[in-house]
Amino acid sequence: MFANPFKLKERGILGMNNRNINFIGKYNNRKNFPLVDNKLKTKQIAQKHNIAVPELLGFIEYQVQINNFKHYIKNENGFVIKPAQGSGGKGILVITKTVGNKFIKPNGVELGYSDIKRHISNILSGLYSLGGKNDIAVFEKLVDFDDAFNGFSYEGVPDVRVIVYRGYPALAMMRLSTSNSDGKANLHQGAVGVGIDISTGKALNAVQFGDPIKIHPDTKKDLKELKIPYWKDILYLAAKCYEMTDMGYLGADIVIDKHLGPLVLELNARPGLAIQIANDLGALNRFNEIDKVAGKHLTVEEKVNYSSSNF
Amino acid sequence: MKSKNQILLFSIVLILITLVLMFYKVKYLNFPLFADDTTNIWNIQAKITFEPKENESAIISLALPSKQSKLLILNEESTSADYGYSTNKLHGVKKAIWSKREVKDKKEQVLYYSIDVIKDNYYKTKIPKIKQENENVEVSKPIIQAANSLLNNIYPKSADSITFTSLLIKEFNKKEPSQAANMIQNNFMKTQKEKRDTLIKLIKRMKYKARTVGVLYLKDKQRNVNLTPMLEVYKDGKWYLYDIDKGLVGNSSNIFIWQRGTQFLLDAEGVNNSSVKFSVIKNIVPARSAALMKDTKNQSALLDFSLFTLPNASQNTFKLLLLVPLGALVVVFMRVIVGLKTSGTFMPILLSMAFIETHLVPGILMFILVVTMGLFVRSYLSHLNLLLVARISSVLIVVVAIMAFVAILSQKLGLSYATSITFFPIIILSWTIERMSILWEEEGAKEVFIQGSGSLTVSILAYFAMTNSFLSFITFNFPEVLLAVLGVIILLGRYSGYRLSELYRFKSMVD
Repeated sequence: MFANPFKLKERGILGMNNRNINFIGKYNNRKNFPLVDNKLKTKQIAQKHNIAVPELLGFIEYQVQINNFKHYIKNENGFVIKPAQGSGGKGILVITKTVGNKFIKPNGVELGYSDIKRHISNILSGLYSLGGKNDIAVFEKLVDFDDAFNGFSYEGVPDVRVIVYRGYPALAMMRLSTSNSDGKANLHQGAVGVGIDISTGKALNAVQFGDPIKIHPDTKKDLKELKIPYWKDILYLAAKCYEMTDMGYLGADIVIDKHLGPLVLELNARPGLAIQIANDLGALNRFNEIDKVAGKHLTVEEKVNYSSSNF
Repeated sequence: MKSKNQILLFSIVLILITLVLMFYKVKYLNFPLFADDTTNIWNIQAKITFEPKENESAIISLALPSKQSKLLILNEESTSADYGYSTNKLHGVKKAIWSKREVKDKKEQVLYYSIDVIKDNYYKTKIPKIKQENENVEVSKPIIQAANSLLNNIYPKSADSITFTSLLIKEFNKKEPSQAANMIQNNFMKTQKEKRDTLIKLIKRMKYKARTVGVLYLKDKQRNVNLTPMLEVYKDGKWYLYDIDKGLVGNSSNIFIWQRGTQFLLDAEGVNNSSVKFSVIKNIVPARSAALMKDTKNQSALLDFSLFTLPNASQNTFKLLLLVPLGALVVVFMRVIVGLKTSGTFMPILLSMAFIETHLVPGILMFILVVTMGLFVRSYLSHLNLLLVARISSVLIVVVAIMAFVAILSQKLGLSYATSITFFPIIILSWTIERMSILWEEEGAKEVFIQGSGSLTVSILAYFAMTNSFLSFITFNFPEVLLAVLGVIILLGRYSGYRLSELYRFKSMVD
C-alpha cells in the first residue's frame, strides 16, 4: 500500500512539503509571484526580454467590454481565452475553428457567442483565479503545433514542461492531451506525461494518472518514438525565464509552433511533482548536483550546456 | 538551517511555557486536570441558642476562628434575624457580636454563624499571638506533692517542651497510671476540658509556654458537637498542637482550630441558658470552582487575567472559540502529514463547528443532502447564464430554502434535531456548492467526490477533536494550551518529509 519513505528519500524524490519549504519558499521570492501568476504580465515582460511567446490578441478587464471580444478574434480561425491569474489550467478555453457564428472546441463541441461571453464573464468575476479576486481574460493566438507531434497528442496543444532550478534546466517532460483531459495538458486532468532526456530531447518513459504506459491511450502511438525538435532552443528558452523572473524553482511550459518554433506558453512558480514519475527519477538528485555547481556558470548558455552534458 | 533551529527553539519554548503554566496551576492553584475532579468544602456552622430575659438588652459575642495554615476560610456568614451584627477584635481574637436593645419574644432565640473551609496545602499564615492567662486555683498540698513527683519523674527523661508534653500526656493515658497521676486525674480531670486545663498547668510549672485551643474535626455530618479541647505548646517560634488523649498531632489537615487562648468562646449578657453548638457538613464541589473560590482569597495574577473574569455569555463563546485552534491543528496535520485534499483550507473547521450545533450524524446527512440538492439547482442555474455573484447569491437563497424545507419536513416526521440545522453557515455551504459544481464541470465528478469526502473526513476528525470533553475542558481551563498548539503547528509547518499520500503516489517509483 505505502512506499517506504526512506527508499523514497534514497531515490531523491521531492515531496510536497519539502518542495514548499525548501524550494518554493527558499528560492522563489514572494514579490516575484505576480510576474508568474499573472499570464498577462508574464507575456508583457517576456516580450521585453526577447522571449518568444504566443501572440497576444487582446484582453478584457471589465464586464462592459465583453462584446469587444469579437474585435480581437475577427481575423483568427482558432484562439485561446484564458484567465490571467488562473492556476492548474482552470478556465482555459481553446477554440480551434470558427465556423460562422459557431466556435468549435478541440473535441468538436460547438459553442455560441453567449457561451463565450459567459466564459469571459466568469473569468472576470474571478471564478478561476486564486482566491476568487477579479481577473482579466486574455486572448491568445492559437498555437499551430509542430508536425513532430502528430499522433502524439489528442485534441490539444502538447507542451513541454521544463523545471528550471537556479537557472539550470533540471527535469523535462512532454505533456500530451488525451480525450480525458479535454485538450488540456494537465497531468491531474488525465494528460499523458512523457519524461524527456535533458541531453537528447528523447522520450524516456510515460505515465497517465500516475501509472506507467507505453502507448498513447487515444492515438495508440508508441510514446518511445517521441523526439522533441528544437531541443537545445527549448532548454535555452526555459533557462532564460530564470533570468527574467529570478525564480529559483520554476516550471516553464513551452509549445512548439510550426512556423515560430518554441514559444513560452506560461510559467509556473509551483510546478508539480508528477514530472518525477514521468522521468522515473527523483528531482532531489538533480537539484543537489546543481547546488554543487551553482555560481560557477554565469551565462544562460553555460548553464544549459552544463545541464545537457550532465543530465 | 539556522531558521530551522530557531523555529525548533521557538516551538519548544512555547510548549515548555504551556507545561510550566499548567503545572503551576495544577500544583499550586489546585486546578483539576479532569472535568469530574471534585473537592470537599467543609461548611462549619455555629448555632447559638439562648433565652432572652424580658425587657433587657442582649449582647452575645462569639469568638471567631483566626486564619489557619493549609485551611482556607472562604465565606463567613451570619444569620441573625433582627439582631444587630458587628465584628470586633479583642486581644488578638476576632469576635462576632450580636446585639439587641429589647428582646420582646420570649421564645428561645437562635443565631447562626457559618464559614466554609477548604483545604489548601499552599496556604500559610502565622499563628496569632494570643496570651494565655493564668488562673490560680487553690490546690491542696498532697496534690502539689503528687504533681511535683510526677514532673520530677518525667522532666529528666525529656529534652524540650515537645518531648516533655508528649511524655506527660502519655503518662495520663497509660492503662495503669502512676499513683501521682491517678491522684491528679481523679481530682482535676473529670471532663476533657478539665484534663486539658490541668495539663496546661502542669506544663506551665516547668516554665514552658502552652495554651488552650478548641478544635473541630472535619468529618461529615456532625451535628450539635462541642469544640474538642486540645492544647498548643510553644517551641522555637512555633506552636505545636496536642491531642490530650493521643499526644502530638502530626497531620492537622483534618482539624480546624476555632478557638485559641482562655477567652470565653461565648459571652452573653442579658440572656439565660446560652450555649453554642457546632455542626460540620461536607459539600462536594467541582475542583475548578473550588480552585476559583480559593483564588478570590489568594489573588493569583494568573487567574486574575483569566477567562473566568469574563461574563458568563462571553465565557461560553470562548469555550467554542478556543476549540477552533484544535480544529486548525487537525487540518494542518491532515494536510501536511497525511496529504488529504479538501475543498478550501478552513472549510472543514467551519463544517465541524456546524456539526457541533447539529450533532454529527444529522449534520453529515444534512451536509450531503443540502450539497447534493444544491448541485442540482446549480447545474440548472448554469443554463441561465448568470453573472457569478448573482449566481452564488441564487444558490445561497436556494440553500436557505432547502434547509427550511428539510427542517419543516423533519419536524413533521418528528426528527426534532434536524431543526437546529439553521445554524449551518449558509454562505459556506453556498460557496461549497459553487466550487463543487465548477470542479464537476472542469475535473469531473471524481474530483468532486475526492475533495468533498476529504473535507468531510477532516471535518469529522476536527469535530471529534473539538467535542472531546477532556480537550474542551483543558482548552477552557488552561487556555495557555493554545501556545502549545501554536508550537506544534509551527513545528508541523516546517515538516519537510513525505506526506502519507505521497508514499502511495510515488510507490511505483521504488518498486
